[in-house]
Amino acid sequence: MKSLEELKAIRDKAKNSVHVRQEGNDCIRVVVGMATCGIAAGARPVLNAFTEEVAKRNLNNVAVTQTGCIGICQYEPVVEIFTPDGQKTTYVKMTPEKAARVVADHLVNGNVVSEYTIGANAK
Amino acid sequence: MQELSLNVLDIAQNSIKAGASLIGITMERSTADNTLSIVISDDGCGMDEQQIARVTDPFFTTRTTRKVGLGVPLFKMTAEMTGGSFSITSQPGKGTVVSAFYHTDHIDMLPVGDMTATMTSLISVNPSIDFVYQSRLDGREFVMDTRQIKEILEGVPINSPDVLLFIRDYINEHEAQLELNEE
Repeated sequence: MKSLEELKAIRDKAKNSVHVRQEGNDCIRVVVGMATCGIAAGARPVLNAFTEEVAKRNLNNVAVTQTGCIGICQYEPVVEIFTPDGQKTTYVKMTPEKAARVVADHLVNGNVVSEYTIGANAK
Repeated sequence: MQELSLNVLDIAQNSIKAGASLIGITMERSTADNTLSIVISDDGCGMDEQQIARVTDPFFTTRTTRKVGLGVPLFKMTAEMTGGSFSITSQPGKGTVVSAFYHTDHIDMLPVGDMTATMTSLISVNPSIDFVYQSRLDGREFVMDTRQIKEILEGVPINSPDVLLFIRDYINEHEAQLELNEE
């Protein structure tokens, strides 16, 4: 069974790692809506999918955070992505599978996944 | 909400919004009595009596983006559906305690669900808030305290990927151990 002793090894590895998480202007922010509407619609697995994908790919310039209700509850789970160039992309009706694609296409390669955006889904 | 752990995640958001620096989440189960109690406590800004009286009203909310606030009423409903009970106590400037009590053998009892996912998502996006998760089953207890974890980490962010994966496995394994010890 895991003990807190093992945490020390993880700490030492992290301290020796050359990659230091960058916080600041050149950081991509992934913001997941975590109000009642978001959570009920499935925001928790979406948030955890982003965290896991970002970890898997060692993306040190990505910060995953949360926000409350932004008022478009019918489109939850909603994820907003803020890139260093000042652009904001709003993805709607997200799933863990869609999250993995957004990480690969948008966060890594810089291509917005248009079909998941609010623009493509608003009727 | 399909599982209680999602309600817990939702109620904890209120604590975060209230500016809490320490949030306690306690689950206590008794197999013999078929009961579960969930307590979420914080040291946030608290509420005055008028706000407490209105907080279980779905048409009361402090948010400005829409006119309904369903988090607390939905949580209350999950407990009352099982013949259980619900209460909120709060003091302005001191904090808030939300408690729900369940009869787990009732047909309308919802599954508790994935508390580990709830705890790791809370920790991952709120690294500066401390969480104490206590899980008790028939008198046995498991406690995860992020203050203790941060002390060991010596400045390494608690939401760095390897640490989050450790916390996930740590909670899962200890929860499983609680179940195994059943006599």
